[in-house]
Amino acid sequence: MQAFFSSLSSQFYISFVDQNRWQSYLKGLGVSFLVTAGALAIGIVIGILVAICRTAHDQKKGKVNPVLSVFNRICIIYTTVIRGTPMMVQLLIMGFVVFVSSRNLIGIAILTLGINSGAYVSEIIRSGIMSIDPGQMEAGRSLGLPYSTVMNKIIIPQAIKNVFPALGNELITLFKDTSLVTVIGLTDLTKAAMQIQARTYQAFMPYLCIAGLYLLCVMIMTKILGTVEGRMRKSERR
Amino acid sequence: MNADNELIRIEHLQKRFGGNLVLKDINEHILEGEKVVIIGPSGSGKSTLLRCLNLLERPTAGHIYFEGSDITAKKTDINAIRMQMGMVFQHFNLFPHKTVQENITLAPVETHRMNKEEANEEATKLLKRVGLLDKADAYPSSLSGGQQQRIAIVRALAMHPKVMLFDEPTSALDPEMVGEVLEVMKELADSGMTMAVVTHEMGFAREVADRVLFCADGGIQEEGTAEEIFSHPKNPRLKDFLSKIL
Repeated sequence: MQAFFSSLSSQFYISFVDQNRWQSYLKGLGVSFLVTAGALAIGIVIGILVAICRTAHDQKKGKVNPVLSVFNRICIIYTTVIRGTPMMVQLLIMGFVVFVSSRNLIGIAILTLGINSGAYVSEIIRSGIMSIDPGQMEAGRSLGLPYSTVMNKIIIPQAIKNVFPALGNELITLFKDTSLVTVIGLTDLTKAAMQIQARTYQAFMPYLCIAGLYLLCVMIMTKILGTVEGRMRKSERR
Repeated sequence: MNADNELIRIEHLQKRFGGNLVLKDINEHILEGEKVVIIGPSGSGKSTLLRCLNLLERPTAGHIYFEGSDITAKKTDINAIRMQMGMVFQHFNLFPHKTVQENITLAPVETHRMNKEEANEEATKLLKRVGLLDKADAYPSSLSGGQQQRIAIVRALAMHPKVMLFDEPTSALDPEMVGEVLEVMKELADSGMTMAVVTHEMGFAREVADRVLFCADGGIQEEGTAEEIFSHPKNPRLKDFLSKIL
């Protein structure tokens, strides 16, 4: 029994204290956060653009606008390809084919995850837009507001509010998926643990530790998302 | 050909939804200051007719002239036309994420008709007029149907439209709230506003309408003063319709 505990404490020492290894975890966590934040920003921008493009095309009554039609095609191909291929494969292609000569691994990771996330976010926001009563668009247009203004000021804010829980879910998924960036050699939280395992032959402590860290972060995010959602709902008490 | 005070003229208007011909060859006009009430059985195309006037529905054929210019023409700036035509919907369609005040000021400010202060002033003035000044900072969901519809009317009025279109404004209301909305509409009519109203409120039609149009089977079957339509109907469809609702 004592041997077990002394071995545990020595494992702990090797995994965290020796050579200030705990700093590697924190640095890795920082990278994971940075990639999540960057990818989320790109994902939401792409998502909103694609969603607007697709709903604008679908809601267009009567004549088909050829430009819009081309954009709509591109958007459909984009979501199909991105949602139809594994994220790890996308990372490998971006890291070793498209940007093979670039050493800006964080940039590649953010871009790839952002593009990936955009496909899912676009579908989430599209469902949000479609959940808004068509009467809202009619009311806006009947006041003489152009389509874009009604979208920006009336439809999108309500749509985002409606799909906020789904977007929060996407954020959490995205954060955990950052662990895949290890395949292009970026030292995120997971890679930090892998490197420590390679150097110390310890697996138990590093991996349990990062699992705990991921879990803790997700729990904090969930809490924050819940608070924000509650605050948004307050404005329209029913 | 156009009378001087003709605000809206409809020529050979036709609207088709797929294979369904909803409006067949409508010819009509609305004079400045005139109150036109459109009645008729459901599915007769009366709402579609009204919605064609501000092109919420694109006519399949025919022309609509507003102040003499053809708004169905391709080059027409439809937003500029719609700014001059207020519309009130059956289901109010207030913006739920905005306060009453913001609902009213959004369009005037966004279209640069007024700056923020002017719009707020205008909103205050109009809210006072409909007796809802105390609700300026409330959200629509906290208001009753009647209150919401009065706000919707104010929202349209804030753009200073030349004509107001009402699409069954009281049909979605509880009976005890119909009165307060009709009251506002009557007051509006007395102030000289040009109005086109699709409604089932025959009392309102009798009291306010300069002209009543009876719409059925995609066409206007009979028109006349309220007195003519309600007391001396000629068309058998109209007689049948009135016998069912009066």
